[in-house]
Amino acid sequence: MSPSAIALAVMIAVVGVGVVMGFYAGLRRKMDLEQWTVAGRGFGTLLVWLLMAGEGYTTFTLLGASGWAYSRGAPAFYIMGYMSLACVASYFFLPQLWELGRAHKLQTESDFFEKRYASERLGAFVALVGVVFLVPYVDLQLTGLGDIVRVASFGAVGKTWAMVLAAAAVAAFVYASGIRAVAWMSILKDALLLGVVAAIGIGVPYVYFHGIGPMFSNLARLHPKMLVLPGKTTDLGQSWFISTVFLNALGAYMWPHLFAASFTAKSGDVLRRNAVFMPLYTITYPLVLFAGFAALLIVPGLHDGDLSLLTMTQRTFPAWFLGIVGGAGALTAMVPAAMLILSAATLFAKNFFRPIFAPTMSEPAVARMAKLMVGVMTGVAVLFAILGTKSIVGLLLLGYDGITQFFPGVILGLYWKRVTRAAVWSGMIAGVVAVTILVLSGKDPIGGLNAGFVALCLNFAVVIAVSRLTPAERNGFETAPAAE
Amino acid sequence: MEPARKSGLVRKPTLGARLLALIPFLALCFTVPLWNRIHPVVLGLPFNLFWLILWIPLTSLCMWAAYSRDRKSESVEAKTAKGDSP
Repeated sequence: MSPSAIALAVMIAVVGVGVVMGFYAGLRRKMDLEQWTVAGRGFGTLLVWLLMAGEGYTTFTLLGASGWAYSRGAPAFYIMGYMSLACVASYFFLPQLWELGRAHKLQTESDFFEKRYASERLGAFVALVGVVFLVPYVDLQLTGLGDIVRVASFGAVGKTWAMVLAAAAVAAFVYASGIRAVAWMSILKDALLLGVVAAIGIGVPYVYFHGIGPMFSNLARLHPKMLVLPGKTTDLGQSWFISTVFLNALGAYMWPHLFAASFTAKSGDVLRRNAVFMPLYTITYPLVLFAGFAALLIVPGLHDGDLSLLTMTQRTFPAWFLGIVGGAGALTAMVPAAMLILSAATLFAKNFFRPIFAPTMSEPAVARMAKLMVGVMTGVAVLFAILGTKSIVGLLLLGYDGITQFFPGVILGLYWKRVTRAAVWSGMIAGVVAVTILVLSGKDPIGGLNAGFVALCLNFAVVIAVSRLTPAERNGFETAPAAE
Repeated sequence: MEPARKSGLVRKPTLGARLLALIPFLALCFTVPLWNRIHPVVLGLPFNLFWLILWIPLTSLCMWAAYSRDRKSESVEAKTAKGDSP
């Protein structure tokens, strides 16, 4: 067998097992909206951990982190800083959100805004902003998958075909099994990825430099500037690092799919324990960074730094291992993509379409529509990925900064009685508009600070000022009778 | 009187837990200028990378301490509540 055939066969086997697990996860269960989106709120610590890690660790972190190390150097370390701190921050709002989620049957991030501030329109706005940022994220996963499969199959499978086939599989198992598919596939994906990343991150430096230490002493001699901030860049310095880590630590769980994933836990305590253990998953990142740094020494001058990890893997390992990397990498795209699509579809059907266009829609009808939207959202993402439009890259850059603008409404909604609906509207619009203008006009970072951070400060200031100026309102969770 | 909360519900984190959670934020985020350097090299790693890796287990440790403090204060509260009611 040719190397390409071996790699392809292994890759198809890995992805095949994953997809079967995905379908199997939802077998013999009645998939109403509660089961489909939040798994009946029954997951224990291990499944929640796998689900959250499974969603947090995407192709962007696998290819992007090594790519940043390769082309920018030390600024890539921000990923290690914020991943742990996002878990720390989550300790202070996810368990509380879970409690409200159970008492008031919340299934999405929009549900929280809708109930807390007694406004379907605010919920619809959050849903709209969420979907606008989620779809490019899916698109990014598919693009990463296309690259991984193309390299791992030695070019035997083209990028477009890989993306279309994977997207069709994702849509099918999300439709059938909902969030259970994502959780169960995460088991395979996380285990494989951990092994693959360890083999690459430790193996590559050993093969070429006889160790990680010698590799870094080479780097320190040849590229000393790469190893400290601002690395190869001029504007990603220490203040950028602090503002970016802080922003992302607060914002990570504002992504609607991660926010909603917390509702799958069977108790708030599960989420607290998750916050204790989750930082340990960050240990995979330095290994990815090692691969990027090794590539800098071995294959300098790559056109696309995001391909550095794959290039090193192809040069170093046998074909069968490349197949495993390809399979694990494909699942690393498919698992988060599944959750992103599920979230976008639910937000659109439940929190945008129903309140705005069809207020009398029944819950089974909403569930049917959400499942239908899985196909639509996937289709749009595939189309964007194939066309490779530039504006999508812009939306994605905006995504991380934009999504964090939900944070003041969530945290103040939980802990500050005085916050009002008008204030949250004004703050969120100010934040999203500020981020859009700054990022799209190329002013990120601005004054050495992450543009999203600047917008978040503005957002907080507006929410607090307007809350003080508007009459106090009752907390929507207290006025509505809690379901027993 | 406030209605008794169902058991298993999570309360607001204690002050101790909040202070413990602040430690990783100080170590990983706000103190960058102190550790953004290559030397001293530890275990073959540039100092900044070593520092960030070191704080992965230490962050978990801080959160574990925060969690046990919260659990403790909850169990004390629960006992007091039991003692009050006949």
